[in-house]
Amino acid sequence: MEKIIILIVLITGVIAIAQLVRVYELTYKLKNRGEHEIPNRDNNLNAKLMLGFMMFQFVGFIYLMLKYGWTGRGEPASLQGVETDWLLNVNFVIIIAVFFITNFLLFYFSYKYVRKPGVKATYYSHNNKLELIWTIVPAVVLAVIIILGLKSWSDLTSGPSKEAEKVELFAYQFAWIARYGGEDNTLGKFDYKLTTGNNELALMTSSTIDSSVQEMGKAIANVEEKLKQVNFDYLSSEYRNLMATSDYKAAVENLVTEIASSEFNLVDAEDLLKHLYAEHTGAHGHVDVKLNQPNAETQSIIGDLEQELSTKERLYRSLVQMKQNHNADVDKFALNDIVQKDTLYLCKGREYEFSFRAKDVIHSAYFPHFRAQMNVVPGMPTRFKFTPTITTAEMRVKKEDAKFNYVLMCNKICGGAHYKMKMIVVVYPENEYKAWMSTKKSATFKDQYFPKEEVETVSK
Amino acid sequence: MSSVAHDEHHHEEHFVSKYIFSQDHKMIGKQFLMTAVFMGLVAMMLSILFRIQLAWPGEESTILNVFLGDAWAPNGIMKEDMYLGLVTLHGTIMVFFLLTGGLSGTFSNILIPLQLGARDMASGFLNMLSYWFFFISSLLMFASLFVHEGAVFGLQIGDATTSLPGVWDGSGPAMAGWTIYPPLSALPQSVSGSGLGMTLWLFSMTIFIASSLIGSLNYIVTVLNLRTKGMTMTRMPLTIWAFFVTAILGVLSFPVLLSAALLLMMDRMAGTSFYLSDIIVGSEMLANHGGSPILYQHLFWFLGHPEVYIVLLPALGLSSEIIATNSRKPIFGYKAMIGSIMAIGFLSFIVWGHHMFVTGMNPFLGSVFVFTTLLIAIPSAVKVFNYLTTLWKGSLVLTPAMMFAIGLVSTFITGGVTGIILADSALDIAIHDTYFVVAHFHIVMGMSAVFGMFGGVYHWFPKMFGRMMNTRLGYVHFWITIIGAYGVFFPMHFVGLAGAPRRYYNYSVYEEFDQGALDMMMDLNVIVTFFAIFAAIGQALFLFNFFYSIFRGPNAPQNPWRSTTLEWTTPVEHIHGNWPGDLPTVHRWPYDYSKPGASEDFISQIEPLAEGEEEH
Repeated sequence: MEKIIILIVLITGVIAIAQLVRVYELTYKLKNRGEHEIPNRDNNLNAKLMLGFMMFQFVGFIYLMLKYGWTGRGEPASLQGVETDWLLNVNFVIIIAVFFITNFLLFYFSYKYVRKPGVKATYYSHNNKLELIWTIVPAVVLAVIIILGLKSWSDLTSGPSKEAEKVELFAYQFAWIARYGGEDNTLGKFDYKLTTGNNELALMTSSTIDSSVQEMGKAIANVEEKLKQVNFDYLSSEYRNLMATSDYKAAVENLVTEIASSEFNLVDAEDLLKHLYAEHTGAHGHVDVKLNQPNAETQSIIGDLEQELSTKERLYRSLVQMKQNHNADVDKFALNDIVQKDTLYLCKGREYEFSFRAKDVIHSAYFPHFRAQMNVVPGMPTRFKFTPTITTAEMRVKKEDAKFNYVLMCNKICGGAHYKMKMIVVVYPENEYKAWMSTKKSATFKDQYFPKEEVETVSK
Repeated sequence: MSSVAHDEHHHEEHFVSKYIFSQDHKMIGKQFLMTAVFMGLVAMMLSILFRIQLAWPGEESTILNVFLGDAWAPNGIMKEDMYLGLVTLHGTIMVFFLLTGGLSGTFSNILIPLQLGARDMASGFLNMLSYWFFFISSLLMFASLFVHEGAVFGLQIGDATTSLPGVWDGSGPAMAGWTIYPPLSALPQSVSGSGLGMTLWLFSMTIFIASSLIGSLNYIVTVLNLRTKGMTMTRMPLTIWAFFVTAILGVLSFPVLLSAALLLMMDRMAGTSFYLSDIIVGSEMLANHGGSPILYQHLFWFLGHPEVYIVLLPALGLSSEIIATNSRKPIFGYKAMIGSIMAIGFLSFIVWGHHMFVTGMNPFLGSVFVFTTLLIAIPSAVKVFNYLTTLWKGSLVLTPAMMFAIGLVSTFITGGVTGIILADSALDIAIHDTYFVVAHFHIVMGMSAVFGMFGGVYHWFPKMFGRMMNTRLGYVHFWITIIGAYGVFFPMHFVGLAGAPRRYYNYSVYEEFDQGALDMMMDLNVIVTFFAIFAAIGQALFLFNFFYSIFRGPNAPQNPWRSTTLEWTTPVEHIHGNWPGDLPTVHRWPYDYSKPGASEDFISQIEPLAEGEEEH
C-alpha cells in the first residue's frame, strides 16, 4: 500500500512539473523568444544569487569552524602530535585565506560582470607578466609548505632512541593484541607458521617449534586419514552397487564393515573387495573391474583434501627447516615477553617504538589522539614511534569527561566488523605504570603458555 | 569528400544500425551518456542508503528494507557487510562508470570530430566496440549488486551454502572498498563479498579497461590525424586539448590497473602469491609466502592517481569552453592553459605514492612524493586564476551550463586547497583514511567532474538532440545541486578532523571512550545526510528535464550560444559525416569573442581573417 501511494505521488509530481513546463514554454512562444536567449531578469537574478550563495558558503564555513573547531579530537596527546597540529594550523591559515580570496573573486566577478545592455566584454587574451606572477607566488608559498612539511616528516619518521620501549601490536579480524618486550626490552622472534591454539602470537622458541612440527605432523596424518576414508567410501559403495542384486550383498557389507573397523590399507582393501567380486563372477585370477568416476561432490571433496594436504606438507617442510636452523639462544627474548589484550597501557613521557604485524588482512593502527597512524600489513612488519605526554587522568580533566579514554582503532577496511576493531589505550604517570608493569612480571609468555618444568628444560 | 554526401541519399539505416550497433560518433556518445546516467543514478541511490545508515544507525527504515530486501536489511536494519558493499560499489561506479566512461566517453565522442572538423572518429568500428565493452562491463558491475549465496539473478554459479567459500560463492557485491586492496579482496574467506561479488567486479573492470583503451587510442589517433584544414594544434579548443591529454593518460595508466587485476585474479584462482604472504585467515593457515599486498597498492595507484585527472581534465576542458563562450571573452592565457593541462598530465604519473604515506614506505620515498604532489598545485592555481581573469570584465550570460562551470571552479578551489594538507605526508599521518579525505576528493574530483558533466550536457544538449533543455528547471537544478554539494561535504571535513575513520558502519564504539566526539559526529552526520537526500531529489529535476526535452523540448537553432567553434556550423539534424558539403576550413583560434572591430561579439573559426587583422 505504502509503495502504491509513493508511486502515485511520484507520478503526479512528474505530471505537475510537465504541465508547468508546458505553460512556461507557451509564454516563451507568445513572447517569440527562444529557450537559448536568457532574459536579463533571469540573468540578473542568478547573478545576485551567486553573491547570496557565496554568503551561504562563507557563513556556513565560519559557523562550522566556530562550533566544531578544526580539531575535534582535542589537543594532541603526544610530542609528535604537538608538532603535527602546529603544522596543520599553519597550513590551515594559508589554505583558508586562499579559499576565501579566490571564492570571493569568483562569485563577485560572476555578479559584477553579468551582461548589461550596451556593455561589451573586454577582449583580453593574455598577459605574460600577470601569468608569471601567479605562477611564481604559489610556487614560493608551496616551497615554504614543502620545507616545513618535510622537516616534520623527517622528525616523525626518524628512528627511535635506544631507550624507547618496544611494543608490538598484532592485528587480526577483529581485535588487537599488544606484546611488550619485557625486562630485556627485546621482542622475541615470531613466524606465522608457529601459530597454534596456545601460541596465538606465533612466538618462536625451541619448544614452540617442536610443538608446531608435531601438530602439523598430526594434522597431515589427519588429512591423509580423511582422504583414505573418502576413497574407501567411494570404493565400497561402488562394489555394493556392483553386487547389489546378488547373494553376495551381505558378504560385501560384512567385508566393508570389517575393513572400516580395522587399521586398513587402501590397496589391500581394494584387493579384498576385488577378490570377493571375482569369486562372485566366477572369474578366477585376473579380473578387470570397471568402476565409475566418483561423482562431482566426491571429486570436489577429494580435490579439497589433496589441496589441503599439499599446503600442510609445504608448511611442514618449512617448519622442519626452521627447527634445524633455530638458535636456542634467542628463546629468552620471547619467553619474557608480556602479552596484553583489551587495553594498552603506556607511560607518560616515555618514547615507544611500536612494531606492527597482521595475521590475515591489512589493518591500520590509528591513534587519533596521538596523531599517529601506520598500516599493519600481513607479511611485512611496519613500525613507528611516539611519546605520550598527557595521562588519561589529565586528559579527562581537560576534556571535562570522566569517562574519556584514548583509543587505538582500525583504520583500514578489514571486513564486516571493521568498525568495532579497537583497543582502549591508557596513559599512566610513571609510578602507576611501574606498578602495573610489576603485576605483569609473573604473566610473561613463559608463564602463560608453558608448564613450568617444560620451559626450564628447554631454556637450559 | 563529395562521395560522403553522395552516400546519404542511398544509405537507409535500419533501427539496429542506427540506434544499437551504430558506428556514428554522435550516437555512440549518446549511448555512453545514457548508460552513464543510469549507472550514476544507481551509485547515487547506493550513497543515499548508506547515508541513511550513518545518520540513523540501528533505526528501522522502510527505505532500506525496500531497496535491500530481507536478506540485507531484515526489519529495515542494514547488515554490516552490505554497508561495505554499498560503499565499494558507490565508489567504483562513480569513478569509473559515471566519471570516466560517462564524461570522457560521452564528450570525447561527440566533440572530438565535431570540433576538429572530422567526418567521424578514426575508426568507427573500434568506437562501437568501445561502447559495447563499456555496456557489458556496466551490466556485470550492476549484476554484482544482486549476488546472493553464490547466485546472481537466480543463476546458481557457486555453492549456495558452504563453510569454506571460494571465488564463485558468497553473497553481496565486492566489499573491499573501491580500491579493493588484497588480501581482503583476495581471500573469499575474509568477507562475504570477496567471493562471486569480487569475481564479477574483476571481470567487469577488465572489460571496462579494454573499452577505455580502445576508446582512448581512437581519440588520440583522431586528434592527431583528422583535424581539418587550418586546424593546427594551437587552434584546437581547450576541450580537445583536455580530451587528448586525458586519452594519453588513460592509455599509459589503465594497462597497469589491468595487470594489477590479472595478478589478483591469479592469486584468487590459481594459487599464486603475488600479493599474499604469511597469512592465517579464520583458522586456515595459507602456505603463500613472499608476495606483497603493497605491490598491489603501487600498481593500483599508478592508475589511481592519473585516474583523478582522467576524470577531472575533461571537466576542466568543457568548462573552459563554456566559460569563454558565456563570458563573451577569449579564455585568458590559452597557451598557459594548454601548458597547465600538459603539466598536470605529466605530474599525475609521479605522485601516486601520496596515497601510501602510511603503508610503511621508505620515508625518503615519501618525501619525493610530497614534493611532486605539491608541485601539481602550481598548474592548478594557474588554471583557477585564468578562469577568474576570463570572468573579469566579461559580459556574462548565466546559462545553466555557465552556472555549473562557475560551480566547478568553486569546488575545484575548495577541494583543491585541502589537497595541500593531504599531500603533506607529516599531516597525512594524522588524517589519512578519515572523513577529511572523503570530503576532499568528493569536492575536488567528484563534484568538479559532475559539475563539468552537467555543464557539458546543458551546453551541448542542442547539439546532441537538436532540442533545448528547459532553462529555469536547469537553474533550480543547479542551485539545489551546489547547495547540496557544499551542505554534504563542508561538514564532512569536520567529521574527519574529529578523527572519524571512513568506511565505518557506525560509530558506536565511541560510546566507550568519547561520548563528546560521538555527539558531534552524529550531529554532523545528520546534516550531511539531510543535504545528500536534498541533492538527490534535485537530480530528479534534471532527469525529468533531460528526458522530457529529448522528446518535447523546443527545437534548437543552429548556434544557440553564439559560439565560435566548428560543431555549431553543422546542421541541427544529425547526418553521417557531420557536414553536408565539404569540410570547413579553419582560419583562426576558437576564442574570438568580442574582438575589437568585429560587428558581432563572436567570430566563427571558419571566418577568414579580415584584411590587416591579427590572429590574436
